[in-house]
Amino acid sequence: MATLELRGVRKTYGTGEVVKGVDLSIKDREFVVFVGPSGCGKSTLLRMIAGLEEISAGELLIDGVRANEIPPDERELAMVFQSYALYPHMTVAGNMGFALKMAGKPKAEIAAKVAQAARILQLEALLDRRPKMLSGGQRQRVAIGRAIVRNPKCFLFDEPLSNLDAALRVQMRTEIAKLHQELEATMVYVTHDQVEAMTMADRIVVLNGGRVEQVGAPLELYRNPASKFVAGFIGSPRMNMLEVAVAGHDGAAVRLTLPGGESLAVPARDALVKTGARVTLGLRPESLNLADDGALRGKVEVVEHLGAEMLVHVRTPQDDLLIIKAPDEARIHPNQTVGIGINPARSCLFGEDGLALILRVDALA
Amino acid sequence: MAGGTKVGGRREGRGWPLLSPAVIVLGIWSVVPLAMTLWYSTRYYNLLDPGRHFFVGLRNYDLLFSDPGSLTAIANSIILVASVLVISLIVGTALALLLNAEFPGRGAARLFAISPFFVMPPVAALIWKNLLLNPLNGLLGWMMGLFGLPVIPWFSTAPMVALIIIVSWEWIPFATLILLTALQSLDSSQIEAARMDGAGPLARLRYIILPHLGRPVAIVVMMETIFLLSIFAEILTTTSGGPGDATTTLTFLVYIRALLDFNVGGASAAGVLAIVLANIVGLFLMRSVARSLNR
Ligand SMILES: Nc1ncnc2c1ncn2[C@@H]1O[C@H](COP(=O)(O)OP(=O)(O)O)[C@@H](O)[C@H]1O
Ligand SMILES: [Mg+2]
Repeated sequence: MATLELRGVRKTYGTGEVVKGVDLSIKDREFVVFVGPSGCGKSTLLRMIAGLEEISAGELLIDGVRANEIPPDERELAMVFQSYALYPHMTVAGNMGFALKMAGKPKAEIAAKVAQAARILQLEALLDRRPKMLSGGQRQRVAIGRAIVRNPKCFLFDEPLSNLDAALRVQMRTEIAKLHQELEATMVYVTHDQVEAMTMADRIVVLNGGRVEQVGAPLELYRNPASKFVAGFIGSPRMNMLEVAVAGHDGAAVRLTLPGGESLAVPARDALVKTGARVTLGLRPESLNLADDGALRGKVEVVEHLGAEMLVHVRTPQDDLLIIKAPDEARIHPNQTVGIGINPARSCLFGEDGLALILRVDALA
Repeated sequence: MAGGTKVGGRREGRGWPLLSPAVIVLGIWSVVPLAMTLWYSTRYYNLLDPGRHFFVGLRNYDLLFSDPGSLTAIANSIILVASVLVISLIVGTALALLLNAEFPGRGAARLFAISPFFVMPPVAALIWKNLLLNPLNGLLGWMMGLFGLPVIPWFSTAPMVALIIIVSWEWIPFATLILLTALQSLDSSQIEAARMDGAGPLARLRYIILPHLGRPVAIVVMMETIFLLSIFAEILTTTSGGPGDATTTLTFLVYIRALLDFNVGGASAAGVLAIVLANIVGLFLMRSVARSLNR
């Protein structure tokens, strides 16, 4: 239905630049998630796409046509706001049909479209209520319904689930994903929650300080983060980071000296890594295991039992905190000293500038 | 929950000694004048004829209702209140919308728009009478002269209009202030959602902003009506109820009866009529306000 393209898009408020040149191309029917810490410019970027904020510099193309000057209602996009932004004095049906009413559509057509959207969202019984009489989840559904009724080229969501409680959030997450498949629509979704991004996105755009850090499929970002920032932001619990020294090269591997003095070989096809350099080794919690003969040792601080697995927080003598994900078993206790084994296959290396040093060709293999 | 009621009852009982002075003062404050008014309204009592002072039953009311001036006064009161309400709400909404928009010097503009509210009624009336509406040296006359329009001696040809202009000028700031604060509480994302839904400025005003202003409008109507029914100083300083009885409102009629005719009995009867009128209007307003608040 629609493609979006951003070319060097910038936003300046007064003297401060909030969005610092974003290039991005969104394919038809793609579900793209903008994710990043609070204040990184996600909403501003989305609002520029919507036409609610002026684009200070750069170009926005909708279906290949420059849209910078097109007013918001003519862009044929629909937005779902974090606060729902329902019209309080209109009924649910009135809210959902408002755009069609503004477009001068006949009453029968409006009613039919509202009924259809209400069916999709299971709002049929609530059509005569006012927003005040709805629960948070129902209000959210009405806000989505208001967008569906317009049959837009592209849906824009600005943190639509952040006002819902945890259980409802999980449910709405799958509902929105299902909706994306049913409607076959292009969707741009903003969130600060990396779990939402990982579970819903076809492609994730990680933003940091108004810049794009990395664009890629969820697993690609997870396995092959382009920078330390992305590595730390994507994945829960966070990736473990260790300061290590490069001891030398072994054919297709780099030999590293771990904080404890042990040595570790990390496979690296095109290692830009100079011998003697200080680098950061990133290890996902599942790349670590509890092994008495492991390369690292440390004292257990906390054990989080999740049932099938457990998260063991271990403090090394060098004061690094490592989180290990392991099959849940009862024998691990706080204050116990454990050995930590490392599976180097999925480890990441970052230089002093925070950028990844190894491009992992096998990332998606 | 018998226990709860008991506790509640004890609490009320304990609070009474502390509450009673205020309640008693308030009661005396409002009940005694009311009772005296009712009492005087049934008596012949003229200050020019102090020796005679006796019960006449409903004769004062009879005289009041048979006097066409009374009906004129009621009509004048209603015309004044209704016109000022309509004008202050329309202009107040427009000003509030204007002052809610972003522009340089907005703070100063807000202050100026509110400032008439701080001018004492007699001062405001005198300024309008002598500096603005005066046919010889008034600003308005001079400006109309510039455009070749005839100069209108406002207070003799259109006294009620002049009075409405003055009182509206005094009360527009109040409406503006209340409506402006209401506008500031409007969720901006609602406006943005409406913009994306294709609602132009007028449609946004009609479907989003005005419905949002329902409650504050009800409050403005109620507050202004209470104060407008008792407008007095403006009339006294400009027209003194004239020419004829063109600007004699019920409030002013009471003043004429009591302090110009020295007829305390007649004035009291007119006062009672004013109280009844105010209560009818008040009841009606309270209901409509309550309805709009419950929405
Ligand atoms: N209207 C505005 N005027 C000035 N600064 C703004 C405005 N809107 C947003 N900002 C700033 O832009 C930055 C990004 O905001 P936003 O896009 O809302 O972040 P988020 O990623 O949390 O959605 C923030 O630092 C915010 O303070
Ligand atoms: Mg935001």
